[in-house]
Amino acid sequence: MSENTRTTTGSTVAAPDARPTPPPSTRTPSGGGLLSGSIGRNLGLVVAFALLCIVGIVTAGDRFASTDNVLTILRLAAVVGVVSIGMTFVIIGGGIDLSVGALVALSSVWATTLATQAVAADVHWIVMVGTAVLVGAVAGLVNGVVIAYGKLVAFIATLAMLAAARGLAEIIANRRTQIVQDQDFLRFFSGSVLGIPTLVWMFALVAVAGWVLLNRTTFGRRTFAVGGNAEAARLAGIRVQRHTVALYVLSGVTCGIAAVMLMARTTTGSSTHGTLLELDTIAAVVIGGTLLIGGRGTIVGTVIGVLIFTTLSNVFTLNNLSSSAQAVAKGVIIVAAVLLQQRVAAGRRQRRSSKALPPTAAEGAPAGASPGVPAP
Amino acid sequence: MSATRQRRRLWSTAVCLVGAGAMVAGCTGNTPEASSSGGGGNNAASSNDDTGDTVTIGFSAPAADHGWMAQITAAARAEADSYDDVELVVAEGTNDVSTQISQVETFINDGVDAIVLLPFDGAALTPIALEAMQAGIPVINVDREFNDPDAARVTILGDNYGMGVSAGTYICSQLGDQPDAVVAEVAGIDSLPLTQERSQGFSDALADCGLDVDNRVAAEFTVESGEEVTANLLQAAPQIDALWNHDDDQGIGVLAAINNAGRDEFFMVGGAGSANAMRSIQAGDSVLQATVIYPASQAADGVRLARLVAQDKALSDLIDVEVPRRITLSAPVVTADNVDQYIDSAFES
Repeated sequence: MSENTRTTTGSTVAAPDARPTPPPSTRTPSGGGLLSGSIGRNLGLVVAFALLCIVGIVTAGDRFASTDNVLTILRLAAVVGVVSIGMTFVIIGGGIDLSVGALVALSSVWATTLATQAVAADVHWIVMVGTAVLVGAVAGLVNGVVIAYGKLVAFIATLAMLAAARGLAEIIANRRTQIVQDQDFLRFFSGSVLGIPTLVWMFALVAVAGWVLLNRTTFGRRTFAVGGNAEAARLAGIRVQRHTVALYVLSGVTCGIAAVMLMARTTTGSSTHGTLLELDTIAAVVIGGTLLIGGRGTIVGTVIGVLIFTTLSNVFTLNNLSSSAQAVAKGVIIVAAVLLQQRVAAGRRQRRSSKALPPTAAEGAPAGASPGVPAP
Repeated sequence: MSATRQRRRLWSTAVCLVGAGAMVAGCTGNTPEASSSGGGGNNAASSNDDTGDTVTIGFSAPAADHGWMAQITAAARAEADSYDDVELVVAEGTNDVSTQISQVETFINDGVDAIVLLPFDGAALTPIALEAMQAGIPVINVDREFNDPDAARVTILGDNYGMGVSAGTYICSQLGDQPDAVVAEVAGIDSLPLTQERSQGFSDALADCGLDVDNRVAAEFTVESGEEVTANLLQAAPQIDALWNHDDDQGIGVLAAINNAGRDEFFMVGGAGSANAMRSIQAGDSVLQATVIYPASQAADGVRLARLVAQDKALSDLIDVEVPRRITLSAPVVTADNVDQYIDSAFES
């Protein structure tokens, strides 16, 4: 996994090597097969990302490989990345959240109203951060409650939230761009710690926290179980509805965090923030190997997926190519990565099932999708 | 038993709704309203402003999702309000072409006296505008042109090509003696003809002094996209002499990216002419040195023209007894020297 070292985020790179071992209590395949499995699972992605980096180095040379440029790529990846982590949870849990872009807009607008900024000026800029995260969380809660208890299809419920949240953001902002006045806020979030931008640290922290939550906690195991087979999860004693709500709240919180990051990046809150963010995040999550029907997925895959898209637009701009060509390349990459991913997964599945593993493994659900997940 | 569960579910729903309501009622205050310019004209001494037959004017424009477009609709409303004899019917702003077509169909069915139309896409709205004209309803085409001259009675538009020329000429005047100067361009939505015209005018004007566009990226008129493409652009061009950004709304993001990268070796020219940009130019505290105006008052002018056409009046400062077919507004360059003249009519982004 040498290309991961290129990304300079020390904390996220640690993840892929640690990822392979699923919860020891639920799974008992042989260790050697698993290690190759983890590389295999993200092989399509890793190859695509490495190819992209090679193209970048060949065509743009030092301009691509410079520290500044790598940090620029990571900084641009940060916002999409944070939201994609939340999206990964929702999709693994068998749902989808189309409202993320609108929630980012709403959170950023709410956190930059004159009223909020006035309070923040009196108290501390942390008020703006708190407001953004709270707004995201509450909107996520509404999503979750409507889906879990109102029995609405996630696609429709979050589509409704997409429209409503952006509309509300426009009403609050009066369709104006709201400038962030608090210089301390801007200094903190657009600054660097140990030479790495704060935004990149935030992305790394969220990614690591997401990885731990997904792979090392009961919450994560339940997420796989709920997404893999909700009925089986319910029979196993998981409170599926409550868990679903939690997943959407989690996604809302990541939207709030992303809103703060975007406010720092652009020095504004605006109802146009996060336009089409839902598509970018879903694309990143899906090429990251997460199944759209739920039950399977990885944080590492999502992170690489986000990096691929951000690096792609960087390489295109470095070579002075048009955004239309970029869109075409993006489409090709989505299809190619997913196809490659499927081939690799299919190959692995055959090898595995020939080793006579339990039937659940043959369904390609690597981590804890079996109904035998520990009860609460 | 199922009844109690039902009730509990109702309760939890109610609690959520109340909670959401409390959030909404919370801190969304955003008090200062930008006072929109406009107001009944008092230009030429004529009887044009006297109250005439009451006319109903249908108005449709794209979604007011950025400052310039918001000001377009706000100014049109304000202009209509200032006349006693104008009733403006405003359709909900939309970026969906088929929705906008159906809005115009509704205007035709309602038999309005005139239609002021700022199409999201000029070509796509041409057939329905033709239909309106054939139904005897004069159409005033604002900003984005139809591809058939018969589809509009009057066309009033900002000079997109001229904007590019103004920006290019200004950059030439600053860099004319340096043929290897690096010029960068941050365009708006690339698929719109107006963006292509601006870029064409820009490169034509630059060519006159031996310069060309070395790096070009396209954003989407939003702050976020402006920041994103500029961050990449600044990596692509380690040394820049001049940068033209098509749109001051996205320009906030462009400036943020420039600040984040700590770059100040070049000067920047804006576009559209927002109040924000003009304040920056006035203060002289950033790389933004000039901006090119693209009037946000053109839909308001469209409403005035629609009223004149519907009431069979003429433009009072011209001798001709008919309203002209086509009006192209000027695209002047605003710098620190003349910013005072323009800042009051600028739009807030």
